[in-house]
Order: sequence, then C-alpha cells, then structure tokens
Amino acid sequence: MADISKPILVIGGGISGVTTAVEAAEAGAKVVIVESNPYLGGRVAQLHQYFPKLCPPNCGLEINFKRIKFNPDITFYTDAKVTSVSGSRGNFDVTITLNPRFVNEKCTACGECEKVCATEVPSKFNYGLNKVKAISLPHEMAFPNRYWFDASAASLDELKKCAAACKYGAIDPDAKPETVTVNAGAIVVATGWKPYDMASLDLLGAGQLPNVISNVQMERLAAENGPTKGKILRPADQKEPESIAFVQCAGSRDENHLKQCSSICCLASLKQINYVRQQYPDIPIYMFYIDVRANGRYEDFFVKVAKDDANLTLVKGKVASIKQDGPDLLLEAEDTLTGKKTSQKVNMAVLATGMQPARNGLSIPGLDYDDMDFVISEPDTTGIIGVGCAKSPVEVVQCMRNATGAALKAIQCCK
Amino acid sequence: MADKMVKKTGVYLCSGCDIGGALNMEALEKMVNSEVKPAVCRTSEALCLPEAWAAVEADMNNEGVNCVLLCACSSRDKTDVFAVDLDKLIERVPIREQVAWVSKPNDEDTQMLAEDYIRMGASKLKDMEPPVPWFQEDEKAEPIDKTILVIGGGIAGMTAALETSKAGYKAVLVEKESQLGGFANNFKKQTPTKSPWTDLEDPGVAALASAVQGDGNITVLTGTTVEKIKGGPGLFDCSFTGGKEMRVGAIVQASGWKPYKAEKLDHLGYGKSSDVVTNIEFEKMAKAGAIKRPSDGKSPDSVAFIQCAGSRDAERLPYCSSVCCAVSLKQAKYVRETNPDAKAYIIYKDMRTPAQMENFYKAMQADPGIMLTKGEIRSIELDADKSLGIEVGETILGGDIKLNADMVVLATGMVPSTLVEDDDAAGTGLTEDGKKAAASAEAGAMILNLGYRKGTDLPTLKYGFPDSHYICFPYETQRTGIFACGTVRAPMSVAQTVSDATGAALKAIQCVELTAKGNAVHPRSYDNAYPEFFLSRCTQCKRCTEECPFGTLDEDEKGTPKPNPTRCRRCGVCMGACPERIVSFKNYNVPMIGNMIKSVEVPDESDEKPRIIGLICENDALPALDMACKLKTQISPWIRFVNLRCLGSVNTVWVADAMSKGMDGILLFGCKYGDDYQCHFIKGSELCNRRMENISETLDKLALESDRIKMVEVAISDYQKLPQIINDFCAEIEELDPNPYKGF
Repeated sequence: MADISKPILVIGGGISGVTTAVEAAEAGAKVVIVESNPYLGGRVAQLHQYFPKLCPPNCGLEINFKRIKFNPDITFYTDAKVTSVSGSRGNFDVTITLNPRFVNEKCTACGECEKVCATEVPSKFNYGLNKVKAISLPHEMAFPNRYWFDASAASLDELKKCAAACKYGAIDPDAKPETVTVNAGAIVVATGWKPYDMASLDLLGAGQLPNVISNVQMERLAAENGPTKGKILRPADQKEPESIAFVQCAGSRDENHLKQCSSICCLASLKQINYVRQQYPDIPIYMFYIDVRANGRYEDFFVKVAKDDANLTLVKGKVASIKQDGPDLLLEAEDTLTGKKTSQKVNMAVLATGMQPARNGLSIPGLDYDDMDFVISEPDTTGIIGVGCAKSPVEVVQCMRNATGAALKAIQCCK
Repeated sequence: MADKMVKKTGVYLCSGCDIGGALNMEALEKMVNSEVKPAVCRTSEALCLPEAWAAVEADMNNEGVNCVLLCACSSRDKTDVFAVDLDKLIERVPIREQVAWVSKPNDEDTQMLAEDYIRMGASKLKDMEPPVPWFQEDEKAEPIDKTILVIGGGIAGMTAALETSKAGYKAVLVEKESQLGGFANNFKKQTPTKSPWTDLEDPGVAALASAVQGDGNITVLTGTTVEKIKGGPGLFDCSFTGGKEMRVGAIVQASGWKPYKAEKLDHLGYGKSSDVVTNIEFEKMAKAGAIKRPSDGKSPDSVAFIQCAGSRDAERLPYCSSVCCAVSLKQAKYVRETNPDAKAYIIYKDMRTPAQMENFYKAMQADPGIMLTKGEIRSIELDADKSLGIEVGETILGGDIKLNADMVVLATGMVPSTLVEDDDAAGTGLTEDGKKAAASAEAGAMILNLGYRKGTDLPTLKYGFPDSHYICFPYETQRTGIFACGTVRAPMSVAQTVSDATGAALKAIQCVELTAKGNAVHPRSYDNAYPEFFLSRCTQCKRCTEECPFGTLDEDEKGTPKPNPTRCRRCGVCMGACPERIVSFKNYNVPMIGNMIKSVEVPDESDEKPRIIGLICENDALPALDMACKLKTQISPWIRFVNLRCLGSVNTVWVADAMSKGMDGILLFGCKYGDDYQCHFIKGSELCNRRMENISETLDKLALESDRIKMVEVAISDYQKLPQIINDFCAEIEELDPNPYKGF
C-alpha cells in the first residue's frame, strides 16, 4: 500500500459512514468517525427489517461493530460534532466537539442508575412513540453499550441521583464539553438523512391525527425491541387496526415539499405491508402510489408481496387529504386510472415520508450541496466525499457500494 | 513450525455488576486454584476499571502471564479495555450475562454453571495456540502479488482500473473487443449523473479510455480473454489468449451485460416490421447521426417507446432492468431535438426514475411533444399507411387508446454476461426460479475460466447474476479475491456503475493487503489463523472440497485436498465436514471444542441435574443470546453454551463426545438458511442441518433418543424469543430419562 499517513475523517456513523470506515481501515488506512448520536448505526438501527430479504439490520451492524472493535486503526466519537474545518485535500485541520460525557467510558451498562432515575422523556430512538428513563441505553443493542443521559429533557439533580447509584464512577454531573483536533487527509460526509418533517404535511393529518403515522414510526411499531414489542397497534387507542392505508410520496416528488423521489419508500411500504400481513392475515390494506418504483431485481419483491393478496388494493393516485371521521380516517385521492375522485375509510394510515438530507448545520470550505441539499461530491479536487444518503436517496445496498468506493476515494486523498 | 507456546495462565474473576451478589466468589476462586491451577488467580470488584486492568497488565508484563482467562462480562463488551497483545491469548468467560444475570442468585446450580464455564474456558485456552500467518510456516510460500486484474474494459472495468491506479497499485485491464469502452461506445449521450439532473451528458467513454491508456500503472490488453486462472488471492496465475501469462493478487469482474434477445418479442412486432427496433438499435442510429425509419429512411414524425419490452414479464424477463425508463426519456429527447415537430410517446407500466433522476423525468414531462402514459400494450400492427398502430389498454388518459407512430422503440432489458442462455426454458435459460441458469453459469459462463475444482466462474444467484446475497455486504463473494461489479451483477445506470466499480477496486486492494498480512477477508478479517491439514490421515472422501462454500480446496488426482490458504475464509466448514478430523486451526479445532464439552462436570443421575450443551454460532445467535441475557430473562441452569464460528464447523464427533460424557441433550443455534439465508458463510447452517442425519445415526449407535438433539435457526433480532426456546428444550430433556452414559 502506498503510505497512508493521515487519517480519514468520516462524519456520520450510520451504516454508510461505518462501512466507509471499516472498508478503508481494512485496506490499511486510519479512520476517525464522528457521530452525533450516542451510538453508531444511524437510521438502519431503527429499522425492523431490510427489504427484500426481510432480515434484521442489527445482523450486519453487529458484524461491522466487531470489525471496529478488533481494528486499532478506527477511532470513533459518539455524541460528538465536527465544529470547524480548515485546509484542503490531503490536509484538513478538523475540530471535533464532544458533548459532556455525563456517562463516561467506565459505564458497565449494569443498569443501576436507570433504577433510581424518576424522570421520563420521550424516546428519541422510537420517534417519540413511548417514554424512557432520562438515563438509559440509547437502545437495547446500542454500540457502544453505554448509558446516556438526556440533558435536554432532565435536570442536573436527577443526574446527581443517578451518579450516587453508580458504583463505578461512570457518571459525572460536572462533565464539560471537550474538543479533539485531527489532521485528516480526506473528509467523508456520511451525514445521512432525516424523515421529511411530518408537520409540513398537515393536509395529510400528520402530527395531528394520532392514527396517521410515518413510515419510520411503523418500523418501530413492528420491531420486537420497539414500544409495542413488535405488535402493530393504533397509536390512539392501542387497539388492533382493522384496515390500513399506505400513502406514497408523502412529501416526495412534490414541488411544494421534496422535489426528489426518495427511491426507497415504495419498497419500504411493500415491506411494511408484509409486516402488517404477518400479524393481520385478512385486514384490507390500501397502497396509494404514483408509480411503484421497485427497480431492478426488487421487482421480485413487489411481485411477492402484491401477488395473490386479495385484500391488498393498489390505487394509482396521490392522496390529497386525510381527515378524522369518527374513529376512522377518511382519505381523499384521485384515482389516475379512472380519473375519478375516490375516498377510502381506514383505521390507520402510514405516510411514506421521504428522505431529506440531514445537513446538521455542517459547513466545510469546499463542500457544496445541490438545490435539494444533497452533497456534490468531487473528491479528486476537494478531498471531500459525499456518501450514502447524504449524496443521493438510495437503499442500503447502494449506500454500501457507494461507501466502499468512498473508502478508496478517501485513501487516494491521503496518499 | 513455530514452537509451542509455554503457557502461564492468569484467571481473573470479576464480582461487579451483581456477579458477586449471585455467586460465591471465594468458592469460585478456590475451585479455580484447585482445578485450573493458574499462576495467578484474582477477584476484582470491577475488572474493567483502569486500576484493576492495570494489575492484570502488570501480571502479563512482570510475571510472564501470557494466557488470560477473563471471567466477567460478555465478549461483546469492554473490548477496548480487555485487549492483549497478539502473542498472548485471552479467553472471555461471560459469567455476568450467561450466569449471574439469568440464574437464581446464590443457588447451587448457578454456582455449578459458573464453575463449568470457567472449566470450559480454561480447557479452551489449553488447546489454543497463538496463530501465525500461513506463509511463516510454509517454506515454499511465494510473495503476495498486489496487482489487480480487471476483466472487461467498459465503464465499470475502466473505472476500476483507473481508481486502482490512483491509489498507487498496478492494474491489468483485459478487454475482449479490439477497443475499450464496452457497451457505452454505443451511447450518443447519457442520462444525467449530476445536479441539476435535467441535462443529458456526454458519456465520457473516450476520455475515460484515453485516461486508462495513458496511465503508467495500467497494462491494457485488448482483443484478449482469459484462458485460465489458477491459484488464489495474492497468487493468481493467469494466462490469456495470445500467450501472455502473469500473476495478479485480486480480480475485478466487470464483464457487463448483454441485451435481452429481441427475437423473443415478436408479440410487440419485433421482426414483423423493420420499423420496430430495440432501444440499443435506436441509440446506435442516433449516435450514427440520424434517426431514420428503417423501412424507408424517412425522418419519423412520431416515435413510440414501449417500456418493459420483455421485462417485468413472468414469461420472459421477470425483473426490471432499472435504467430503461430514463433511457427512453433520453431517447425521446433525441427525437425532439432531431425534429422539433416530431412527437414521442412513452408507454410505461410504472415510470421508474428514482432519486434525483425524478428531475429529469419532470423536465421531460414539461415538453409538450413528449406524451407519457401508463398502459398495457394490447397489440402493435403495421397499418396500411406504413405507420405502426399501437393499441394500449388501461391508460391514464382514459381507458383504451390507439396510437399511430412511424417507429416503435422497444425498451429491452439487460441480462448479465454471465447468463448461460438455454433456449429450452422460456427462451432465456431461466427456469421458473432461475436456478437452472445459476447452476449452469458457475460451470459455463467461461469468463474467468478458473482452474477451481468447484467450477470455472463465480456462482450466480437468480437470473444468472453473480451478485452478493447480502444487503449489508454487497461485495461478499463466494470466490475469495474475485469481485463482480457493474451491470454483470445487477442492472444499473452509468453513475451507479462508476460507484460500484470504485467499491470493487477497493475490495480488491483490501483483499491483497489483508492477504499480505496473512489475514482472512470479511467477515473474519482480523483472523490470521489458517486451516492445517494432517494429510497423511486423509481418506480422500472429498467432503471438505465439496462443502467449502468458497471453493477453497482443489484436489490432486487421488482426491486429496490441496489447500489454498489465501482463498480460505476461516469458517471451519472443512473442519466440520472431515470424518477423520484432520483439519484444524491454531485457535479453533476439533479437540478444542470436544475437550470443552468434556470439561463440563456431569452430576450423577441421582442428582437430577440434566446437562445440556448449546452449540451456538457466534455471528447472529451468540449476540442474540447475549442480548437475551442482558435483558435478564431467566435461562435454565442446565445448559452450557459453546461458541462456534459457524454451525458449518460442527463436527459430529462432538455429539459423540457429549453423549458419551453423559450430556442429556444438545441444542444447536445457527443462522437462517434457505433462499434468504442469513448465514455469514453462505451455507454453514444449511450444511449443519444436513449433517443432522449423521448425528441421528450417532445417537442410534449409542441407543439414544433422537429428541435429544435439536437445531434451531435464530436471527439476531430473535433475542426476546431465545430464552423460551432454550427453556422449552431443557424442559423437554427433563422429561426424558437421564442419559445412561453418565458416570462411564
């Protein structure tokens, strides 16, 4: 290997960032990952299953975490942020700010602090669908396996109580932010995506009608380690749904919201239709779509889910509004095949909200974004590499291919 | 051969995290001193705290302790603290998770459980040696070559070669045609690859080809194909047509795609009228300079593009070729640019322009001369006026319509260059599930011409694509060091191909770097042990060569396996397969696991304490077990778990070991197998399941009930279900009479 002296900075420890990091490190590079969450794994850690195999994302994450654990060339900082960058390709001076380590590396995850903590806060991991203790594991399989204190929602007194219960000196109420500096040869921007803000979709009842949920919330409802232990229930009354509508392009392919197609939502909804079907073999399910974008061999998955399901109705049409109708929801849409306005009563609706790039206020000289906020990646000149959903809204396989290639582009900058 | 390690063992017990509250630590220490007899044994209240671990390090540095038996939390935790140098051995005994957190505190059975786990760990350390790379023990080992061979000189191959070179490595690019460029040589323009995602772009093939040709690190061999590839990563010996031979370290297969045969589309008028052309014929026409109606050379006033011509069709090509929608939009633009008065019609099933390509679709939609509708083609016939009449049903323009166009362009799909066509089955070589194609490509694509016992080419998945089956690991390959990329492995756009080829180049480079260190590649990339074959006891049964999921082993004329250590992934499937038990790794071998099982103390029948062995795969099932334990769900104290690399490494002798020692049952935990397998070594858990037949025979020979052994498939997310599965099995075993071999 050509001498790779400087580390690669990877901003974002989701599946794209983690993959770039491990692939680069196993090829001989040094890598520093900076992740804003208190755990690695990003959005996919919150998914119940991947399409089309319907396998658990934690399986691949676990293998990758093992690769990180055994690799001395990878350093990672969670609950951290890149706060300043200067320099250029081959020579970036980077400042990383670590949020106060109220729970530090001495934590054994024994759970004693959680027992004495009285404050409950909405679960970030479960998109607010339930409450958790202010000091808790970010999620059951969190890596690193370390407790985290939500300082934004609980008092310092609460933290002091927790500190008194810790036998290992792992809780420090006086912790202050720290900074770390790194001289990096390349910067990989793997900042990922966020679900399009439901509040902007008021015509679809988002954020107002409790039985209208987003597709990311649906993942948590279906997950065994989610707020309902994997049982899909109506949030309003925790009852079993008797009918469900999936509303595609909720905020996507729409000049008033996100211009782009988020590319994964059709397949994600088909996957979620399968979740519902596994639990409710007979209830009516409706999917309102503009085009079913099951590209490539994902077509097989579309066929597998949609074929032979007599209670699944695919309606080509965009949903215009969702209103409460007694205990039910009333969807209004235009069926583009018949040209007729159609309305449908259901119990529960899942909005296929799109993927919006999560810029996280990141500003780096030389880093440009397009008008949809996706990274314009020109590593040969800038030394900055956009990867995964920061660059394009794509599914995991494409993120992984892209992340693996990004590892090589980054190595080239560090030569 | 390296000298055997002179071992000095330290046993360190942690009483923190409630371990001390559940176990009698003094008694445990006493047991350790009397049975394990280590040089040092110490109990700490929190072994992971800096001062406690510093004391362990002091023992290693000052007292010569080189084997550490760490009895504390699970091996998934505190790996940053509990790390030892490579010349030392560490074994972690998870008395926190698998004992203290899941068992009744201060109970006799809980204490016995902890004791057994410590005995097992100590036994394992005894049978382990620090691994050394294979080439240190092979005087004939040749140096690892780091050149990357790229097969296919299209966009994917040229990108892979160029990116390899930019990272400072040498590449050899082999192209069967006389010039570089591949299929993209036919392109007039390409669909957008960058913001604002609305404009057609120059395909850039010529620039790429000249960059490749002018690159001093790249050797270009055009008009050349591979005649033979032998060896393994770092040591591939390749011979090419024209007599050239060379050694390379890793291989990127970028052999591309071929169009679906339009002859099979007569229902869409292909072959009936020369004015029905494929998208490729149309592209060539546009590139050549003029779009003209083939029958009479007229500049067409209207062109109809028929999407999914043969694709998304259960009878023809069931999958979607992913790029054809954008390609037809591009070609519609050609029509409009050539003749501003001409009309383009696009008839689609779904308009599939994902991600930012949506902008291109929007831009084309804005052109009133491009008419788009969803629809199903009912018929395409030549009309009296020489135009083509197209009947379309189920449109969004209001029911059925009839269009007339001067030309029809069929958006035909992409098939991989690896597909072995067999006109017997539905015209494409595909059986209903695609398996026939998969089976034949492995032996018949003849692109790599591997001199491997297991076939000449990469094994393929459905539809003949040599793709990875893993979502998280798209470069996983069943032939180590050979990575497919670009359209050979999935239909994809030029932009996706460039990204994929760059990734494949990285994997090839990573493979030669790991190989040069003596390490495996993914998933055991940290492992530098290798399988050692005690060949004088080999009976040439060929099970190891047959069963290795990666085609690692070749054979000599007699059928004796010829190991290729650089192809090996260290899963241990060969070790499980071998009836003579001649395969072992320094850090994983048949006696090691057998002795761990035998180290469990089996109480007398009268004690009514059954003993059950859990053989558990460390990839998914073990983390699931660990999670179940972390949730502190009670688990039966009768079971003792032994961690395995893969269930495929289960040697049936372990069953005999366990049963003759008096164990009452064995529960095996592996990954899901079948079409959507989750096994990280492709077939390990499936192979174990097949070996269960032999296992039943073993039980029969011992006159024991077959219910004593069960295999379960576990996903990592099944951790909430796991305690129930375990406890139910333990209860079933309790129902049986005790194993009569107890006490023998």
